[in-house]
Amino acid sequence: MKGTRVAFHSRVSLALKDVPLRSALDRATTRLQSMREIGLTSLADPDAVRDRARRLRASTLQRLDTHLEAFETAVVARGGQVHFARDAAEARRIVLELAASHNVRRVVKSKSMVSEEIGLNPALEEASVEVIESDLGEYIVQLAGETPSHIIAPAFHKTKEQIGLLLHEKLGIPLTVDPATMMAAARSRLRDVYLTADMGISGVNFGVSETGTLCIVTNEGNASLSTSAPRLHVALMGIERLVPTMADLSLVLPILIRSATGQKLSVYLDFITGPRRLVNGGDPDGPSELHVVLVDNGRSRVLGSELAEILYCIRCGACLNVCPVYREVGGHAYGSVYSGPIGAVLTPALHGAGVGSELADASTLCGACKDVCPVRIDIPRMLVRLRSNAVEHGELPLSFRLGLRLFRLAATWPWLFRAAARLGRIVTRALADQNYFRRLPGPLSGWTAQRDLRGFAPKPFSTLLAERRRKRP
Amino acid sequence: MTEARPGSVQLFTTCLVENLRPQVGLAVLDLLEGQGCAVSCPMGQTCCGQPAYNAGCLDDARAMARRTLSVLARSKDPVVIPSGSCADMIIHRYPEILKNDPIDAGAARELAGRTYELSQFLVGVLKVKEVGARSAGRITYHASCHLLRGLGEADSPLQLLATLSGAEMVPLKGAEECCGFGGLFAIKMSDISGAMLQRKLDHIRASDAQTVVACDTGCLLHLEGGLRRQGSAIRVLHLAEALVGT
Repeated sequence: MKGTRVAFHSRVSLALKDVPLRSALDRATTRLQSMREIGLTSLADPDAVRDRARRLRASTLQRLDTHLEAFETAVVARGGQVHFARDAAEARRIVLELAASHNVRRVVKSKSMVSEEIGLNPALEEASVEVIESDLGEYIVQLAGETPSHIIAPAFHKTKEQIGLLLHEKLGIPLTVDPATMMAAARSRLRDVYLTADMGISGVNFGVSETGTLCIVTNEGNASLSTSAPRLHVALMGIERLVPTMADLSLVLPILIRSATGQKLSVYLDFITGPRRLVNGGDPDGPSELHVVLVDNGRSRVLGSELAEILYCIRCGACLNVCPVYREVGGHAYGSVYSGPIGAVLTPALHGAGVGSELADASTLCGACKDVCPVRIDIPRMLVRLRSNAVEHGELPLSFRLGLRLFRLAATWPWLFRAAARLGRIVTRALADQNYFRRLPGPLSGWTAQRDLRGFAPKPFSTLLAERRRKRP
Repeated sequence: MTEARPGSVQLFTTCLVENLRPQVGLAVLDLLEGQGCAVSCPMGQTCCGQPAYNAGCLDDARAMARRTLSVLARSKDPVVIPSGSCADMIIHRYPEILKNDPIDAGAARELAGRTYELSQFLVGVLKVKEVGARSAGRITYHASCHLLRGLGEADSPLQLLATLSGAEMVPLKGAEECCGFGGLFAIKMSDISGAMLQRKLDHIRASDAQTVVACDTGCLLHLEGGLRRQGSAIRVLHLAEALVGT
């Protein structure tokens, strides 16, 4: 565990020194925060919608097995096929087998965090299948040889200047900082990809149990093309991504999109119910096969745990945009697929005790994430729970453990507390410069690295109070 | 029917005010006694246990919570705390960490029901409209996370500050954003905390305020330590100190 902590700290210090990164983060978080705020004001009673959305997520997850069965039945009834993957390896194997049995050479992908979670792209490439991302952000990240740093905006960490340079170098287009020009350049490259890909892979924002419908939210229309042009569509979804009915979808969809980008509705919205139908005249287009891969990968274990609430998440990214820590260091510093407050809980939750547990420390528990969460997930409470698990696993450094134990001892024995304070006053008098410490040893050096520390006052409040009461009883 | 104003209150000083900023405690006394309250300061109070809770040392936090419960259970008078985060600890976290304790769960809920952060007590319970003090210069307000989002209190401190005669309130950009204190976070994640602090200090300087006010001694320590390190003359005051005037 110590090694992962060291790695985390070195990623953090790199991020803090990265001037373009911090400028990109600053611009993007500020913009998305204000867009979200504007977006929510277009709802008559956003708080009531959030409460209802939370209740819906809770009740759906309570009977997830039933909803999953209904979903599977509905998908199959409309001609689709459903695969259950217990873990990442099984999910990769399912997709690789589909690719092999259908002689797939080229895959076009629309955004899917689950594909990142299961490490799908490297596995496909290893099997000599070409993978091309069609979401502009993912495309940029792929060109740069990086990973997404934000759950809804993969290239969040890049400035438009950096992206212009990247496209200039990789695609040979003239240097530009105009997003529309960059978009057009990427689009013209991708057009041919849609038409030549053998398989389209997409994520899923929501699956609807009653109809077997897959709902996909995009602003670029890339999911529409990725899922309809190739002859095969493989949709990857976490098992928790279900809503029971279309009416339920109409509750969570508006709050998802508003929380993510502030839009009332995304530019494109795909509802996919089964593959291309051949009966009754048939559909003019669409894939001949639709495969839905339902990925568990730790989720059913989380469902029965004290972290179950994290599965309410509808992946809007609002907690990342508002998090003061994320804003300073960005997603890559977390070193996990899911970053920000949600990632700090989801990573150890999905992967089990110990994995990513250092992320729980990267929070002041300021509560901004809980405040903006469309389904009001109490992320700070879960971060404390994860810290407590880490303490139980002996991960808290000895100096802190010892320090807190002594503090507890003092705090539960008032005479000891007073004695310790007396010692504090003596130390302050002896070592502080005009009652402030400029440099302290041991763990406290972390404090004085950045700021001065006020020392103990010459007289504690209780003494001043006693003096005052003696003067005017 | 109006609820009677409580005649006597208990002051939970907090360990930071007791030891590092005792003047805050005296200012709180002035404010409450000025409103006609008899203030007692129960003997044997130490720390609410928040540092242990935040660190995930829940057993230690429970031990400190039980200590505080016993100190504040001797009287049923309302408890006033000059700290949003300590008040949030008692009001929200005590019932949470003691919920499985057959004896203390009820006591924790009972205490939570009569515990108030200072500004909430002044405005919400005592219905204070004006503090009648004078101040000077430009003042800005930093909203501490646990008062704002933990206890949901945005307005009371500002309402009270607005009644200071002679002072000018100036807005603070990002006033509701965390200053990066977070207890042990400031030590364990010193560099991230430092970056957050820098952003906050930049906003404070840009506000052109001469005094920055907050309702939590933790934030005050952090802001003051940062300003002092950077040689700034901007004063950092607790709400209570600001409200008794200069």
